[in-house]
Amino acid sequence: MDLYEYQGKQLFARFGIPVSKGQLAETPEEARAAAEAIGGSVVVKAQVLTGGRGKAGGIKLATTPDEAEQHARAILGLDIRGHVVRRLWIESASDIAKEYYLSLTFDRGAKQPLFMFTTQGGVEIEEVAETNPDALVYLHVDPLEGFHPWQARRLVYGAGVTDPSEQKQIASIIGKLYETFVSCDAMLCEINPLIVTPDGEVRALDSKFTVDDNALYRHPDIAEMRDNEAADPLEALAREKNVTYVKLDGEVGVLGNGAGLSMSTVDVVTFAGGRPANFCDLGGGGDAQGVVDALSVITRDPQVRSIFFNIFGGITRCDEVARGILQALEQIEITAPIVVRLDGTNSEEGRRILVDAAPPGLHVEPTMLDAARRAVELAA
Amino acid sequence: MAIIVDNDTRLVVQGLTGSEGRFHGLRNRAYGTKVVAGVTPGKGGQDVEGVPVFDTVAEAAAREGANTAMVFVPAPFAADAIYEAVDAGIVTVICITEGIPAHEMLRIHTYIRSKGVTMLGPNCPGALSPGKANVGIIPAEIFSEGSIGLVSRSGTLTYQIGHELTQLGLGNSTIVGIGGDPVVGSSFIDVLGKFRDDPQTEYVVMVGEIGGDEEEKAAVFIEAELGKPAVAYIAGFTAPPGKTMGHAGAIISGSSGTAQAKKDALEARGIQVGTTPTETAQLVADLAGAP
Repeated sequence: MDLYEYQGKQLFARFGIPVSKGQLAETPEEARAAAEAIGGSVVVKAQVLTGGRGKAGGIKLATTPDEAEQHARAILGLDIRGHVVRRLWIESASDIAKEYYLSLTFDRGAKQPLFMFTTQGGVEIEEVAETNPDALVYLHVDPLEGFHPWQARRLVYGAGVTDPSEQKQIASIIGKLYETFVSCDAMLCEINPLIVTPDGEVRALDSKFTVDDNALYRHPDIAEMRDNEAADPLEALAREKNVTYVKLDGEVGVLGNGAGLSMSTVDVVTFAGGRPANFCDLGGGGDAQGVVDALSVITRDPQVRSIFFNIFGGITRCDEVARGILQALEQIEITAPIVVRLDGTNSEEGRRILVDAAPPGLHVEPTMLDAARRAVELAA
Repeated sequence: MAIIVDNDTRLVVQGLTGSEGRFHGLRNRAYGTKVVAGVTPGKGGQDVEGVPVFDTVAEAAAREGANTAMVFVPAPFAADAIYEAVDAGIVTVICITEGIPAHEMLRIHTYIRSKGVTMLGPNCPGALSPGKANVGIIPAEIFSEGSIGLVSRSGTLTYQIGHELTQLGLGNSTIVGIGGDPVVGSSFIDVLGKFRDDPQTEYVVMVGEIGGDEEEKAAVFIEAELGKPAVAYIAGFTAPPGKTMGHAGAIISGSSGTAQAKKDALEARGIQVGTTPTETAQLVADLAGAP
């Protein structure tokens, strides 16, 4: 789960990483009030779960509350790479002498947390890695040993920070970032830029923060930060019904059981010349209610012109899935034709149930490829 | 032979008294796996259809000689269950549980390596050596005994490919599900190394998916060290970046982890990659010279 900048900063602040004073605003009036409360110049920052806000006009400096309100009016509703701005973070403006970069990521390959630090901050880190690789210092941390202060010194000295006060402040932030990362079950904590003000104070000016979905059960406060309105409405509905669903941009609705088979089904529809409307995983159980829930999400997408049900029964029993399909046809109005392919546990019985009931618009095909081709034909 | 589970497997099921643990534990026993014990704290002294239940894994190991543990404990308690199994001297841990936090797995991964323990999962279907033992949730009836080693990040996709192999008259030495999470106990390379050393295994099929770089690393290993013909399949060619496709680990981050990059890496090492499960099975059949 990705967090907004301000949410990440709230977590940073909780662990003692210095951030600027700020307030959330969802209307121009709230932005004005926030600017008044903070005092002095403020920055009005669009809160969206994507990069490139500055270039898109989503970050503006305001010297007065009036100006903050005007900027807020312009930025709210702005579309930044497909994300509509509905929240603003109004923050005390900072004078910037230097911009550094600090991050801690979950390195899947090495299976250890990985620190990256450079004094060349403020730009995309990929750019630094490409144009000035020697400026970027990497350091892995043994997850059982945890963090040791020497690791912070290695990063700070390694990147060539020479000012003793900066060295001390950054080393402290590095230790706190590790604590934040582990305590919050983060997959990514990035501070870019980590600024040094003209009077030598080091602060996190931005945050990029991703938390492991599997760990949200033990962080109810972070789980609550999820902005359901920002998600695709169909994906939000799916989450509510506990259906694993990702919206795609085609006409063939896809439903499989298991993540791998569902992904493969989406691929096969594409190779058969169709465009999948979604990825949807029925999961391991696949009871009748699960089928009804999944179908109700898939058919809510007006682009869907046919539905491909690809089930390989293991734990999932095909007769149960067949009953679920018939039940769904009774409960929800489905106009799109449905192509079903059942194999594995109780597949003969499942096919018989469907063939005997023979509801209109339902086609049973023997193999995954045949069924994909049929579903693509029917969507054309 | 075969790998990871076989006739010498003596299985303890952690969470045997839960509904899932009971169903699959007994199913594994019905297949012929030696299910020697269950563990549920507080239920020691009971039994599940004749399988004795103990309070601790240490007792199960001492009294019944358990050497392999299957973990069916709910996610919040699963990490603890894995440490318990390792500290009781269990040498093979197969974790079916889904939803274990990734940070827990970082620590477990580091820990089990230092102890020389083989672990599959979490969030995996287990391992099946046809004719010998089945530990996990793989439906054994769709596989037959043979010479093809199958290793996969996914469950049902493995069944699909196994089913297609069976229809082409091909059997398996062992089917191994390593799990779909970002950090799992065994990598493709760990399992490929075992297939290399297994005389029953003559061919290997690797079933990967988007996310991470384990398939790319495996490609290097297959070319340099496997010494047996291999075919691969990758799921997720049409997956959009930044979206988790069902498995916590199946996500394209930036430009890394795409199916195409994995396919290219494999083909650059001379490994054929099927674009559909059907084509993949056919590639294996061509290699193995099946009828």
